[in-house]
Amino acid sequence: MSIILSLLLLQAPYALPGEAAVDPYVADSRHAGAVPFTGDGMAKAFGGQDGIRRIVDRFVAINFADPVIGEIFANHDKVRLKRTLFEQFCFILNAGCTYSGRDMASAHKDLGVQKADMNRLVETLQRAMREEGISFQAQNRFLSKLAPMRHDVIEK
Amino acid sequence: MMTCFRPFLCIMLALAALSPQQGMARPIRNGGKLLLTNGISSLEGASGGGLTPWAVIAGNETSDGFGMSAHGTLVEVKDYDYQSAGVAIGIRDRIELSYTHQDFNTNEIGAALGLGKDFAFSQDIFGAKIRVAGDLVYDRLPAIAVGVQYKNNNQGAIVRAVGAKGDEGVDYYASVSKLFLARSILLSATARLTKANQMGLLGFGGGKQGNHTLQFEGSAAWQLSRRIAIGGEYRRKPDNLNIAREDDWFDAFAAVAISRNVTATIAYADLGSIATVKKQRGVFLQLQTAF
Ligand code: HEM
Repeated sequence: MSIILSLLLLQAPYALPGEAAVDPYVADSRHAGAVPFTGDGMAKAFGGQDGIRRIVDRFVAINFADPVIGEIFANHDKVRLKRTLFEQFCFILNAGCTYSGRDMASAHKDLGVQKADMNRLVETLQRAMREEGISFQAQNRFLSKLAPMRHDVIEK
Repeated sequence: MMTCFRPFLCIMLALAALSPQQGMARPIRNGGKLLLTNGISSLEGASGGGLTPWAVIAGNETSDGFGMSAHGTLVEVKDYDYQSAGVAIGIRDRIELSYTHQDFNTNEIGAALGLGKDFAFSQDIFGAKIRVAGDLVYDRLPAIAVGVQYKNNNQGAIVRAVGAKGDEGVDYYASVSKLFLARSILLSATARLTKANQMGLLGFGGGKQGNHTLQFEGSAAWQLSRRIAIGGEYRRKPDNLNIAREDDWFDAFAAVAISRNVTATIAYADLGSIATVKKQRGVFLQLQTAF
């Protein structure tokens, strides 16, 4: 009993207070979908956790307001998305986080994301990074970690 | 030769119709490509770099839609000038069909060659390309495409007089292209089977070589920003004609996506010796629109 309890306590909660409930899953940073960068070069290029948080907040705001992909985000949990995206970006950029969200295939199941939506999302992310002053080369280096995830994100 | 070209086209279209497209069940959705990833229009009309095709498909569509592009190109080298214009359509980011008309003006050299001042060679090129696998940006597998270009020179008598064996020919090529995001670098390589002299503007085959030969072409580009890429290209050329040596081609280019639908390219091109006159270097300019 106590073993089960301690296992449960070790597990990150599925959803934090203020977030909508999600179906249970086992948290694992591998769900972030990419092997993090090594060293602190990329974390620095993105302004550390503060810079990453500003980029994610802006990115999420742009996506919800976007005329092309806003519709896909509408009615989804913005609070959770900001948290999990921050964790994912921070984890991949090796800025000192673990990722507690769902894997990319589960998170995007049934959203009906098409290739054009993925390209649009790349553009909104480029905009959020550009506004934060991230160099284009560093932007692309980060995008190179996300690009292979398209396979799990788009509708089959 | 037309008979050779048309069955090929039919086969490609049939292949496309047969291959299970994931998008088929969904409504058509045009547009949606990332800036610059449709390439510019090469001299012969295939999407890619300026001198050589890439394994990309014309237009701004993804696998869910249809696209098109149109371009005008000017090349001003030391003794000659060249214009071409063409259109291409892209089908589900899978198949590209293109038409391009090329004019090559010999200016003063025409008189020296006995053709008459301002004599112009011209030809029509019908191209078809199919991306058989991979993806330029997202997948681990690079984009891989195969294509054909049917070329019909409009000065049959003259190109034969120059020593060409014929006034029409078909090029066959295969291209592999990949954008390495981590380095913002695009690399592309093409192998081409051709018997064309100066792309076909001086006819096909000649006294030194009458058959198709295998030639290699390549581009390297560095993306400076979302809208700007710079790079260089190389195109190995056959050398078929007895009277005029043909050199390999080089260029250095900058391409700018002025908007989602317009790409402008400026390049410095070294086209070597053309129709007996050496050191043909100059500028390449292109305006392309794509939807
Ligand atoms: C490689 C690209 C992408 C990455 C790395 C990514 C990342 C994420 C992450 C980390 C989550 C949260 C997972 C969780 O809640 O546990 C998420 C959810 C979501 N993503 Fe993406 N995403 C990508 C592409 C896209 C695209 C192209 C769209 C649509 C245009 C999209 C729309 C959404 C939506 C609507 C949710 C919320 C799902 C829900 O509330 O259940 N994502 N994404």
